[in-house]
Parts: sequence; C-alpha cells; structure tokens
Amino acid sequence: MTHSQNDRAPAVSEDDDGLRRFATVWARVVYQATQTSMTRHEFEEFLHPLATRLNDALHAQPFSALPGYDVGETLVAGHCTSPEALPQILGVLDSYLVLYGGGPGDLDIDEARSRCARLQHTVAAGFSRSLRERTRSEQESLSRAALAAQTAVEEALHASETRFRTVFKDATIGISIADMDGRIRDANGALARMFGRSEDEMRRRNVNELVHPDDAPEVWRLHRELVRGERDHYRVEKPYHRPDGTVLWTNLTVSLLRDAEGEPRYQLSLMEDITERRLLHLRLRYEATHDELTGLPNRTLFAERLERVLGSSEEERRFGLCYLDIDGFKAVNDSLGHAVGDQLLVSVAERLQSCTPGPDHLVARIGGDEFVVLISDPSGREEVTELARQALAALATPISVDGRELSVRASIGIVEGRAGDLDPAEVLRSADITMYRAKDSGGNRYEFADPDSDARAIDRHSLTNHLPAALERDEFFLEYQPLIRMSDGRVDGAEALVRWEHPVHGRLGPDRFIPLAEHTGLIVPLGRWVLEQAVAQACGWRERSGAGDQPLRVNVNLSPRQLHHPDLVPDTIAVLESAGVPPSSLCLEVTESALIGADEDELKPLRQLAELGVEIALDDFGTGYSNLANLRRLPATTLKLDRSFTQGLQRHPADPVDVTFVEGIVSLAHALGLAVTVEGVETEHQAERLRELGCDTAQGWFYARPVAADDFVRGWTASA
Amino acid sequence: MDRPVWAPQGIDLDVPSVSRMYDYYLGGSHNFEVDRETARRAIEAWPGLPKIMQTNRAFMRRAIRFALSEGVTQFLDIGSGIPTFGNVHEVAQAVEPSSRVVYVDNDPVAVAHSEAVLAGNDHAGIVSADFRSPPDVLRSDEVERLLDLERPVALMVVALLHFVEDRDEPDKALAAFFDQLAPGSLLVVSHGCMEGAPARDGGGRLQKVYEEASSPLVIRSKEQILRFFDGWELVEPGLVSLPHWRPDNPPEWEDSAVFTGYAGVGRKVGHLG
Repeated sequence: MTHSQNDRAPAVSEDDDGLRRFATVWARVVYQATQTSMTRHEFEEFLHPLATRLNDALHAQPFSALPGYDVGETLVAGHCTSPEALPQILGVLDSYLVLYGGGPGDLDIDEARSRCARLQHTVAAGFSRSLRERTRSEQESLSRAALAAQTAVEEALHASETRFRTVFKDATIGISIADMDGRIRDANGALARMFGRSEDEMRRRNVNELVHPDDAPEVWRLHRELVRGERDHYRVEKPYHRPDGTVLWTNLTVSLLRDAEGEPRYQLSLMEDITERRLLHLRLRYEATHDELTGLPNRTLFAERLERVLGSSEEERRFGLCYLDIDGFKAVNDSLGHAVGDQLLVSVAERLQSCTPGPDHLVARIGGDEFVVLISDPSGREEVTELARQALAALATPISVDGRELSVRASIGIVEGRAGDLDPAEVLRSADITMYRAKDSGGNRYEFADPDSDARAIDRHSLTNHLPAALERDEFFLEYQPLIRMSDGRVDGAEALVRWEHPVHGRLGPDRFIPLAEHTGLIVPLGRWVLEQAVAQACGWRERSGAGDQPLRVNVNLSPRQLHHPDLVPDTIAVLESAGVPPSSLCLEVTESALIGADEDELKPLRQLAELGVEIALDDFGTGYSNLANLRRLPATTLKLDRSFTQGLQRHPADPVDVTFVEGIVSLAHALGLAVTVEGVETEHQAERLRELGCDTAQGWFYARPVAADDFVRGWTASA
Repeated sequence: MDRPVWAPQGIDLDVPSVSRMYDYYLGGSHNFEVDRETARRAIEAWPGLPKIMQTNRAFMRRAIRFALSEGVTQFLDIGSGIPTFGNVHEVAQAVEPSSRVVYVDNDPVAVAHSEAVLAGNDHAGIVSADFRSPPDVLRSDEVERLLDLERPVALMVVALLHFVEDRDEPDKALAAFFDQLAPGSLLVVSHGCMEGAPARDGGGRLQKVYEEASSPLVIRSKEQILRFFDGWELVEPGLVSLPHWRPDNPPEWEDSAVFTGYAGVGRKVGHLG
C-alpha cells in the first residue's frame, strides 16, 4: 500500500489528498473481489474519480443521491461483477467516505451519515441494475452467438447434406443404409429401380430377408462377420429377386459404418446392376463352351468338367466316359453333302441327350462326329456300359434326314475308373484308343479301355512321333538277306531289309515301324533313303565282283503309298543313274494286295519302270485275294511265294496239298513268263523239294539270315 | 427432404464448453447452466480456479504490453474463447490502435460470439480453426487479410496447451507455426500445472471434471512445458509462475492460489528477411 503511495504525485489539495487515501483503501479492499485484469494501481486510478463524484454528491446543496447510480454502474463496467464485491464496495463507503471526504460547508455529521447511506443505496441500485443489464446482455449475446453458430453449422450440414443427397439421389449405383438389425433405413432411386420397387417399399425391407438361392456360399458368412463388427467391408456378386420374377445380379459392396465410439451403427450397401453384363458374359461363355450346331457343350466345357470330375478330392469318387464316333460319317458327308451330315449330327446329339437325363451326365460334341458322355460318380462299370448300350440302341433307330432314313452306327470307347488315377489327357487318350479298337473290331459296338491295348497304342504313338527325327539322325540301317539261285545254289541277289536302331527300344524290325511310316507318309522319304542305300550297295558289289560274274541284284520293298507317289519313277531313275547301276540290278518288291484293284493308270509307273528293265516282284503272293486273271496284266517279272505255302514242305513227307499248290503256282507263273521266288526256306529237305518243284530262287534261314552289308560282302559276294 | 439418420449432429449445447467455463471463472455471463454447473464442480475441486484465471488474464495483458514494447503489433491468439473483457484487441489497441489481432477458436459458439464482438473492427478478426492444424490457421482469409507474416507476430497460446494431448502432437503444431513466422516473433505460453494443488486430491478431481466435459486436462511438468519453447529463445525471466512473469504488482500481494501454472515468452531469433 505504501509502495503505491510513494509512486504517486503529491496531492493537489487537502480534499483530494483525503480522497486519494480513500481510493487507496477502497482499491485494496475491493480488488480482491473483482475479476478485473487491471493492476491494483490502475484499479486505484479507476476508483479515484468515482470517489470524487461520491464526495461531491455528499456535499452538494441541495443533496441528490442520483450520482450513486452512475458510480454503481461504472463499477460493474470496471468488472467488479462479483456479488461478493458489493458488500466490500459499500463497506468502505460506509466507513471511510465521510471520514476522508470533505467539501464546501461542513455538514452535520448525522446529515453526512444519512446522505452517505442514501448514496450507498443508489450505488447498490446502480450496481445491481447494471449487473442485471450486463448479465442479460451477455446472455443474449451468447444465445445469439449460439444460435448463429448453430445456424452456421446447420447451413454447413445442410449444404453437405444437399450435396450428399444429390449424390445419393442421382447416383447411378444403388445405395442403401440399413441399421445393424438389417432394417433398410434409406435407399436411393437407383436401388429402387434396380429392384423394381419404390423407395418406400425398399425402406420396409430387411437386408437379412434378401436371400437368393444362387447366393455364393460365403455371402452370409461375410455378412455375419460384418454385423458382428469383425469385418469392415466385403464385396461379392449377389443375385436378388425382383417382383416380376426376374433376377437382379449386382456387384455388391457392403461397408460397416461405426459411431464415434467405434460401435457398429449402420451397414452401407453400394450395388451396381450387372445383370446385363452378366447375361452378356453368360452368353459369351455359353458360346465359348457350346457347339453351335448341336447346342451341346463343346470340347472346352467338357475339358473343364472332366478336369473337375477327375480333380475331385473326395475319396472313392468314380467317373465314366463314353467316347463315341459315328462309323462311316465321312461317307455320309461325302455322298449326301454336309447339310445332311449336319442334320444327322443334330439328331445324334438329340438321341444322345435323350439317353442321359441326369445332371450327373454331360453330353458334349468334341469334334466333327465325335461325342462324349461324361458321368460323374457312376455306381459302377455296369451303369456306364448300360449307357453305351442305350446310346447305340438310340442311334440304331433310323434317323430321317432330308427324306432319307439313315441308320447310324457308332463305335464307343469306355473308360471307367477312380477319379485321381488318371489325368484328363490320359483319360481322353485311353478313350480315343479304345474307341478305335471298337472301330477296328468292326464298329457299332463299345469296348472297354484296357491298359495293355492302351500301352501298345501309346507305344505306336510314340514311335510314330519319333520317326522323322530318326531319319534325320541316321537311326535306320539296312541288312541284306541273300537270294539263292536254285539251279546252281549261287547267290543271285539280296533283299534289302530296313532296321531301326532305336535309342530307347533297341533294334526294331520293319513290322514295328513301316506301317506307322506308311500311315504318316514318312514312308516316302524313308523309302527313298532305302532305295539310295541299296542301290549304292549294289554298285559296290558290282565293283568287287569279277568281270565274268553275273552282277548281284538288290531287292527293295515298295509300300503302297510309295507306289502311288508321283515321284516314284523319276526318283528311281535318278537313284540308278546317280549310282551308275543298270536298272536290271534293281528289283522292286510290291505286295500283291497293294496292286489289287489298281487300274491301268495306277499301274503305269510300275510298267514304266519294268519297261526300263527294273525287275518287279509280287511280294507275299497268295496271301491276298489272289486274282490269277489279274496276274496277266501286272508288270511283274517275279512272284514271291509267301512263306505260308512253303511251311508244309518242311515236314517229311511234305504236305501233299502244299506240294500241289506250289506246283500249280510255279507252273502258272512260268506259263506267264514269271520267275518264282520262295521265302522262308529253313531246312535242306524243304529247299530240295522246292528246287524239284521248279522254284527259281529261294530265301530263308537255311541259307542265311539277314546280315549287315559288310558281312554280306565277306560271306557271299566271293561265292557269287 | 429428411435429414439422413446417419448425419453428424450439430452443436451440442448440452455439453460444457471450456471457453464458456473460462468466461464463468472470469465473472462473465457468456455461459449456460451446463457450463456453470461444471465450472462450479471444478471450483469445488480447486477453489482457487477463478483467481488463477484472473491471474492468467493479467499475465496475458502484461505479455501483450511486453510485445508492443518490443515493437510487435500483430497478434495471433489461438484458443481465444469468449471472455467478457480484457481481450487481446482491447488491450493492444488501447495502447497501439493500429495493432492487428486474429483470434482462432474451434468452438463454433466462441467463433460466432467473436464475430459479433469484432463486427466493425477492421483490425481484428476470428478464424474458425484448430491449433492442431496450423495450415488451416495460417492460410485462412483473416490471417491473409490482417497479418503480415513477413513481420513479427505474437503467437498467443494462453491456457491452451493443457487441453492438447500429446497424441495430437502440440510440439509439431508449434514447430509449424515457428517455421512460418518471421524472426522477432514471440510465443506467449501459459500452462496449468498441479503444483500447489489443494488438499484431498483437488488436482485429480479437477482432471475428472474436465474429463467428463470431454476436454481432458493435460498436466505437464515444467520440463515438459519448457520443451514447447524448443527453437525459441526464452525472454527474461524465463518460464515462471504466472505472477512472477514481469509483475506489475509485487507478487506477494497475490492470492497464494495463483502460484500454480507457468508462464513464459519466447522469441524467434534471426534476421528479418
């Protein structure tokens, strides 16, 4: 207190000095009860003019207590707003104003005290009035501020809601909000349109009722997890019923909305109508997996199904497959036209479907005239067999196509087994092999797959595949078997026999691979190679033989395909010329069956070669439908009698029937100017008999087995 | 159009507001019963609160005058609230009428009230933003309009940081302001503390009251408060109790209750660009 007094300027008058002291006391007492942020010194300065006014009022003539109102109001304006401040304010006035104050004309002390009391009354009234006004005004301004703030927030919310509403309303994706019990609280127009219902109708629905039989199995599990708050969203393709009975397909995304405390509150569903897209997809998928002609599943769908059936992890699950190929379908197409062929296929498809009513059966068309029926988990072999039997029966009833009654025959290969034992490719290959076995057995039948048959076929398949590479890699080689002139027992020539030194299977005879090469056409290059080798060998023999010796002839086999190859004649001539060997040193062996039915055009190349001087031998004579009348017009020079005719001559005494046969053929051949060679000579007795019967040359183990070219040179050319 | 059921709520006047409670402590009537009720419970836990608030207010006044004496006439008062009197612009413009003041608060009612109070004052404005997002403050129209950030600014975070939890990273926010303010700028901080708490766990009970009012009170040690001045150079007398910061009255005149809570002013040193 004294501190502040020391800072102050000296009092200008005695009265003022008293009021200064009064203000100091007043400030010290009241300051503690105020909320002002003034310093106490400032507060004292603030109070001093008020003290002056009150003192002036106290001494004014006439007296008026009105200035007290102003003083009370000013105190409130100076933030003496605590009700506790009022007693302090009035207490100091009561105790010290009369004491410290002073003025013109001394007042009677009683009058002064009375006036002071009245001033206190007005100060209190002014204070109260002002505090009430201030409180009211602050309350009002606060309420206004609260209202303004609320309005601002509402406006912001409204703006955001309007934006949201616009998004919600105009969105092309369907939006719904449901509570955690599944009740749809709001749904937009797009959603309602998708469902073919009104928005109000949608709001009466519960998402938990929107079950569809085609729901993916995991949908409702995901949904339960979401509702339990274990998952924040999931996305699925989901179908819904529409009131018109159609199905709505959607891409559905459901998200969990939580409140501020993280508790699940709402489920938000966003859905996109993919019905059209799905239909298109299904149609494209259908088209990609179905045969256009018959409407049956195609190879793609069949392959998928087969894979699924075979990939089944269930124990002891079985499968059955009927692989059906129409017998002679090519002939129908060729003779009656493709339109008829197509109609026939459609009818076949219908018949096959009629035999297979169950969902466990899949009928598919997997190739031109190839159909399959796949049975998931058949009861056993009998069920599959029965199906094959029914299929053949169903096709047996003539099919009326284009006014014709066509009876359809088919070959069926059946594979039945446990899923998991074979992969799809193995099953199909087995079925295919088996079907061909049925076909080879005459067709219009079914066969069961058999591992041994499969193995043989697979073997053939493998050899066929490796043939071209074998030729390139020089895996083939020739052996030669001598042909003995019976008149003097000397070597007349040799038959070149091709062998395959297979890197895996070892040495293979021609019976193992010539039919395959013939089938694939590789016989043409292979045959040319054999011809070149053999002719070159014949040339070698000529060079070694003495001047007076009859040159050795080499026999080379010609397959039917080679026979019909347009380059046969020029190739042969080229080979002979290039080796410098006369045509008479070459004998081409042709099987009798290859020439059966050959017309003059087909015989022409052979005839040309024969005219050049190339010998032509009719191989395996007597095994086919030997047409003796035909023999005359063939350009052959030699008949090679099949070993079956000479076997009877091995016995002692010889089989008289065989003797008669051989005798007859030899005499016939000689009559036609043909020489006769016999094959399969194994005993001396046999050789002797054949010589007696007039055979010209002979070949067989009795004389020599086929040997390598070098060995042949050492063993035989010297004696030739 | 119906209001969507999931829409966020507007202002909830049933929840006490620290701004209005502060006004109540200062004897104002800018408060509702819910504020007063909570404030009364706070005072019950800590009877010195109104005096502390008043002392805090006095500190702010002295700090403003200090800033003006340093030639800083721009003020950015964050968490300004709605007190009845002694606001920054009143104090500053009384001394230097050209002083510029931008208030910042995240309480919509405080913002609306300030807008009303400041209407017609070309040198003061209010921004609705949060201390925790300095860019919202610094890039606001009002800051753009009223403050020249190339010149020093007094950043006032008075009785604010004890409402900002550590997980909201108040240090990062302060660093963001620091980066954007010119050298010579001042950081004015006051922060509550529990030293000198009344008996019977008044501090804990006070925290509970604010916790229930959804405005947790974060009490920090002096060392922790000092860390808010990282990068700033503390001016004399450093971080001290409220009445000891450049007092006008001898501190021994003050009510003993008001010696809780710290106050300090930091200066960003460096050369004006």
